[in-house]
Amino acid sequence: MSGAMSPGSPAPAPIAAADDARRQKMRGVMRSFGMLPVLIVLGILIQLACIHFTGEGRFLTAQNLSIMAQQASINTVLAAGMTFVILTGGIDLSVGSILAAAAMVGMIVSKEAGLVGVPAAMLTGLLFGVINGALIAYIRLPPFIVTLGSLTAVRGFARLVGNDLTVFDPQLSFAFVGNSSLTIIPGVVSIPCLALIAFLVVVMSWLILRRTVLGTHIYAVGGNESAARLAGINVAGVLLFVYGASGLLAGVGGVMQAARLYAANGLQLGQSYELDAIAAVILGGTSFVGGVGSIWGTLIGALMIAVLGNGLILLGVSDVWQYIVKGAVIIGAVALDRYRLTGAART
Amino acid sequence: MAPPADRQPLLEMRYVSKTFGAIRALKDVQLTAYGGQVHVLMGENGAGKSTLMKVLAGANLPDPGGEIRIDGKPAAIVDPSSAKSAGVAIIYQELSLAPNLTVLENIYLGREARRGPMIDRRRMSSGSEILARLGATFGPNTLVADLSIAERQLVEIARAIDAKSRILVMDEPTTALSDRETRRLFQLIARLKAEGLAIIYITHRMAEVYELADCVTVLRDGRYIGSLAGEEIKPETIVQMMVGRDLSSFYKKAHSGFSAGKPMLEVSDLSDGRRVKRGTFRLHEGEVLGLAGLVGAGRTELARLIYAAGPRVAGTVKLGGRDVRHRGPREARESGLAYLTEDRKGHGLFLDMTVSENINLQVCGKDARWGGWLNLRRARQRTLNAIRSLAIRVSGPDAQVGALSGGNQQKVLLSRLLETQPKVLMLDEPTRGVDIGAKSEIYRIIDDLARAGVAILVISSELPEIVGICDRVVVMREGVTVGEVGGRSGTPITEQSIMALATGVELSQDEI
Repeated sequence: MSGAMSPGSPAPAPIAAADDARRQKMRGVMRSFGMLPVLIVLGILIQLACIHFTGEGRFLTAQNLSIMAQQASINTVLAAGMTFVILTGGIDLSVGSILAAAAMVGMIVSKEAGLVGVPAAMLTGLLFGVINGALIAYIRLPPFIVTLGSLTAVRGFARLVGNDLTVFDPQLSFAFVGNSSLTIIPGVVSIPCLALIAFLVVVMSWLILRRTVLGTHIYAVGGNESAARLAGINVAGVLLFVYGASGLLAGVGGVMQAARLYAANGLQLGQSYELDAIAAVILGGTSFVGGVGSIWGTLIGALMIAVLGNGLILLGVSDVWQYIVKGAVIIGAVALDRYRLTGAART
Repeated sequence: MAPPADRQPLLEMRYVSKTFGAIRALKDVQLTAYGGQVHVLMGENGAGKSTLMKVLAGANLPDPGGEIRIDGKPAAIVDPSSAKSAGVAIIYQELSLAPNLTVLENIYLGREARRGPMIDRRRMSSGSEILARLGATFGPNTLVADLSIAERQLVEIARAIDAKSRILVMDEPTTALSDRETRRLFQLIARLKAEGLAIIYITHRMAEVYELADCVTVLRDGRYIGSLAGEEIKPETIVQMMVGRDLSSFYKKAHSGFSAGKPMLEVSDLSDGRRVKRGTFRLHEGEVLGLAGLVGAGRTELARLIYAAGPRVAGTVKLGGRDVRHRGPREARESGLAYLTEDRKGHGLFLDMTVSENINLQVCGKDARWGGWLNLRRARQRTLNAIRSLAIRVSGPDAQVGALSGGNQQKVLLSRLLETQPKVLMLDEPTRGVDIGAKSEIYRIIDDLARAGVAILVISSELPEIVGICDRVVVMREGVTVGEVGGRSGTPITEQSIMALATGVELSQDEI
């Protein structure tokens, strides 16, 4: 500390203030990474349970970790978009439907025009996202209602474009997206392409949120919309961006999903994906009223959901029970987090 | 000190302290109130009046060590309902009625007469009797939404009486009332006094102190300064107790003032069709112009209208001689206007964000590189400069704004505006909820800015502040700028001359 400690001078104040700042910073870090210990503990518990019940630690193997990364990737991409939206205090219920619509469009276009299917799918997602955003930003309808409507309407569109049939394409032009891997150490470490995309999306989201003017404005709109308006921030533009981004990323999710399955079905694809995406964001410590949260938290949240799903399957837990356990863990983890945060504030 | 010593005080509060985190809001405060008396509680904003009353109402739990006695017996006030059953009722500035329910339903809210799970309306008639006794001109089944502010106050008072409250706290009840309504309220207070209630009355207005007070207690910076009774109640004494120092050195006016400058902002016949009917004034370079008026006179609305935060239906705004018609705050900001909101937390700051993010919010776009990439180094520099030049007491640029004290929050908000280098700065209640030290620093900043040639409009409900720092004062009444004091008008700037214009009452007619 500096030498401002001469007796009788009011030195303790700045020191206490510096302490305060450190504590605040810690709380910020805790908020984003607070779930990381929970994630690690969860992983270890599942590994131990695997050893106990099945006799071998099949959970923490390079192969299974790679599978899990793949399973988490689509939800991570959707949750990244959802993070933008929830940071402004909104919600996007339509991402599962948009994913299905984008996947259908991508499959159909790719049959005719090959790789053009990828941008076509992404543009489909962007289009629906922008429609959501325009209704919310300019006509000032509540996000919940707008995206609840598009949840249904876009699902209908997804069935419509494929004549309510499943589209197959064993020669899918962009299949590599879903099934190739980047080999780091041959035979030992390889990263699935899907996971790579998800990670890139997270990094780009972080850059936008924390390193651009737009990101600052997103936090500002979520933190205090009327103050943002008065400060001259283009609130409507920000809202349009976040819903557009959410739609675009749902489109990316559609490409990833279709590539993995070599198929798309307007009715079943992406059903209730929005719930997993919202759960990941909330597990990641992002405030539901907006203004507070981070994309890294979202990544950890999405990983937790994947770890749970994968672990429960490995443990042979029945499908029905998986739902119950997953739901309970989400509520429990958030409750734990709240309890810990308020506890930290008190001391 | 001449309260009847032989009588038992109805309420005694002693050694009441309250700390919020590191901030001490109250320290060993005392208050003694007798039945049948009006006890006026005074103090600057942030002196701790509201906190003390919240302790009494059970909304804030005091620090251990203090004592509250009612009728000489210790009263355990731990939450609003125990305060209610101890006989305390508070009429807050922002009234706490449900506008969608009727008068009678509001009077019985939370203590409805029941028969099983059903509401028993027949047993809820005492409310109508009380209303009649208080001289209400509206029926018990009127919707509260249809009542005026004064009438709603009456409903609150009726509710307090019906709940057998004996200590009635009124927090600046006349701010939103017309003269005639104020008269009627005072008559009512006299009647309540006669019924033996102890009334604790919070006000800033000296005239009301004379009219009502049997006893005055003054708080300053969360401390008990003293009490006056009867003959001891004199304005000079009270002001000195409230401010704790000579006022003349408190306000700073080193800029040259009215003589200077060409007109920067000319507003004529501006109207939003609702609260602002006709706003006309002229603001010069390097001048501090006050905009005074009673609460509800349309001052804030006028400023927001100039800032294009509301729809304009008539009138013109000239900025530096050029007619402007902004489509929103962004355009207003870009043309050199800045508006400091009166509602710092609601419309001003981003409490979850850092000091640096708040200060740079409006300029980070201008500083950005490659179309939108934040210039963090520049932002940090700006923040450090602002912290130094405005003497903001924070741990650093990354401190969270929500954790700062009111005065420091206000300085953060002010520096955000100053970073845009405004030519015209409109400050709406710039020292509301700010402690005395920060207050005088904000006056210094205003003075410095005026010296640097910024045209400044100050809206304030605190007349001493307006009188102390302004070169000229424009007064609004019911949405219209009705006159001007100071400058070339020939009338000196005094609280009396401003109040005369603000109320439309000639001073000589006023019995006070």
